[in-house]
Amino acid sequence: MTTPLTQFKSDTKESTVDFDHRKWMQTALKGYENTRGGVEETFGDFDQAKRTGAAIKWEAIENLDTLLEEMTQNLEARGTKICWAGNGAEAVDYILRVAEDCDAKKVIKSKCMTTEEIHLNPAMQKAGMEVVESDLGEFIVQLRGEDPFHFVFPAMHLKRNKISKVFEEKIGSEPSNDPEELCMIARSYMRTKYCEADIGISGANFGVAETGMISITENEGNARLTTSLPKVHIAVMGIEKVIPKLDDLSIMLPLLGTAGAGQWLTGYNSMIGGPRQEGEVDGPEEFHLVLVDNHRTRLLADPEQRDALRCIRCGACLNVCPIFKNIGGHSYGTTYQGPIGSVITPHLRGLQPYKHLSYSSSLCGACSETCPVKIDLHHHLMRNRRDAVVEKGGTMERFAMRQFSKVMARPKLYRSCEGLMRLGEKCWRPLKGKKADPLKAWTQTRELHPPAPKSFHKQWKEKQQGKS
Amino acid sequence: MSKEEVLGRVREALSVPSHPQVRALAGDGIRNPREARKFMPPGGDTFEERFANFSRLGEKLKVEIHLVPTLSAATDAVLELSKSCGWKKVASHHQPLTDVAVPGLAPEVIWMEDQPGTTALESCDAGISGCEALIAQTGSVLVTSKGSGGRALSVLPPHHVVLATRDQLLPDMLSGYDLLREKYGKNLPSFISFITGASRTGDIERILVLGAHGPKRLTVILIES
Ligand code: SF4
Repeated sequence: MTTPLTQFKSDTKESTVDFDHRKWMQTALKGYENTRGGVEETFGDFDQAKRTGAAIKWEAIENLDTLLEEMTQNLEARGTKICWAGNGAEAVDYILRVAEDCDAKKVIKSKCMTTEEIHLNPAMQKAGMEVVESDLGEFIVQLRGEDPFHFVFPAMHLKRNKISKVFEEKIGSEPSNDPEELCMIARSYMRTKYCEADIGISGANFGVAETGMISITENEGNARLTTSLPKVHIAVMGIEKVIPKLDDLSIMLPLLGTAGAGQWLTGYNSMIGGPRQEGEVDGPEEFHLVLVDNHRTRLLADPEQRDALRCIRCGACLNVCPIFKNIGGHSYGTTYQGPIGSVITPHLRGLQPYKHLSYSSSLCGACSETCPVKIDLHHHLMRNRRDAVVEKGGTMERFAMRQFSKVMARPKLYRSCEGLMRLGEKCWRPLKGKKADPLKAWTQTRELHPPAPKSFHKQWKEKQQGKS
Repeated sequence: MSKEEVLGRVREALSVPSHPQVRALAGDGIRNPREARKFMPPGGDTFEERFANFSRLGEKLKVEIHLVPTLSAATDAVLELSKSCGWKKVASHHQPLTDVAVPGLAPEVIWMEDQPGTTALESCDAGISGCEALIAQTGSVLVTSKGSGGRALSVLPPHHVVLATRDQLLPDMLSGYDLLREKYGKNLPSFISFITGASRTGDIERILVLGAHGPKRLTVILIES
């Protein structure tokens, strides 16, 4: 049976030996770091801006109930229909009902990770609808039948030849080696899809309580088309996305653009506050906002980790993570990859089956440092580890730890163990990485330094004697 | 679930106070975005400063910016664009600037107020619109569904041309919000967008391509008087 853990192990085994791919990822992400660094410098003080961002989102999280009420009241006043979904199934049901009511056959979607989380696409397809992802990266992975590799750059793992191939096979285009040509193929394919779609489905990066609006950030214009042309627009949004004031966007949007892709402001930052209003020339007749809890309140109930709900899904923590760079996004087997995924997935899907993600970290802290809303990511990974052990510790591990602490507390015992270890290392060395090696899983791909000829303790002693 | 049930879950979760350590890490920043202005990039106090910022950022994003002295010079500029690109059909909406500059611009002109429909708009060579404001700090064009010809005009045709006047060039995003509040009060347009550069993508090998789904070109014509 595959469990999240076995899947993780077999995927990482494959991805970590693919050196070409690892190198490709590192170069791509280095490029991101460089452009981002340049943009950070345009701020008067980027760290202060991050702290303001953190304070805004913190206030939002601590007042989530009142802000959600304020936002939805304002939205309803202008004709928006709100769905409160406790879990993914309820959200999907609601959306299917709306689709049925308007007899929808064709659906166009702009990028929305929450819909990945609730598995909306398969459900709509099963109900007989055509669903097309319009974000270029999402479109490519959709054609390939894959999950997004990275929640901001879904197709970053693919080189142009693979993209050309899948376009050739799935939409019958001519092969091309030119990124611009490939984009234009997608553009013209998508144009008819926008015009024909009965429903447009989008996500939301923020919800503004004060004015009753959602805010969508994108570069391509696909979200704007998705939310402008079809008669019905449905937005799907996690409940944690609401912020108090319109003014707050003046901080949050630049933070998202800078941390997300090294752009001071992303191409289109659009706010939508309802369906087409009196006196407007176009826009959807219906606007539905689906608010999804799906275990977010479980994370909210954790007084130590609720700050993880501040996340604005910029993806920066993935881009700097040494683990992500080496194992790639698919190995995680989660909707949200990288450090933030490892922190929140155990809350969203269960601690025991996903605890291994919190162990696959070097705890270097690069994620916490880069996070534009200052989430304490690497400490949360440790908290998950602790909670996993408290809830269900391994007997072997507990036994080993107890013995270890006994040895560490007794200098004489420690020193005799040191001698034993030297001897053991000598006997083991010829077996390293071979079949008979009990440590094979670890030593196959790693070097173990031979112990120093003299222990620190011995060296210290000799030095002291030399002095006197 | 009902609204009350979801909000009930939220309230119950929040009834446990946050761990002091988490709180300490969370809230030491300046909370008010207006006070935070001092560490955000400046927009500029004078028109000249603002225009310098706007064009510097615009250039980076490949926005074509023309500063012209009068409305009739702006009309000439759009006409020249039309000729050089060979526009056959353009779309626009009625407002003081476009009403002067757009008629006669191309063999066929459609107006959003006449509800031309998606297919007609899709076949246009350009969309010409007014805007609510230009934002110097970000190099953005602020459009809304009420003041800029609806939602689709500025995104569906392959070339978006914006007409604006000198007083519309505002320093930063916050002054853009102020303007919207002043102009519309509680009755904000259903759609508001900060357009920053032409439509673009880096989804294939991180190589920048313009015109992913929206306009490939964005031209701003700023009228000085
Ligand atoms: S945790 Fe922070 S860095 Fe990671 S995606 Fe969320 S906001 Fe970005």
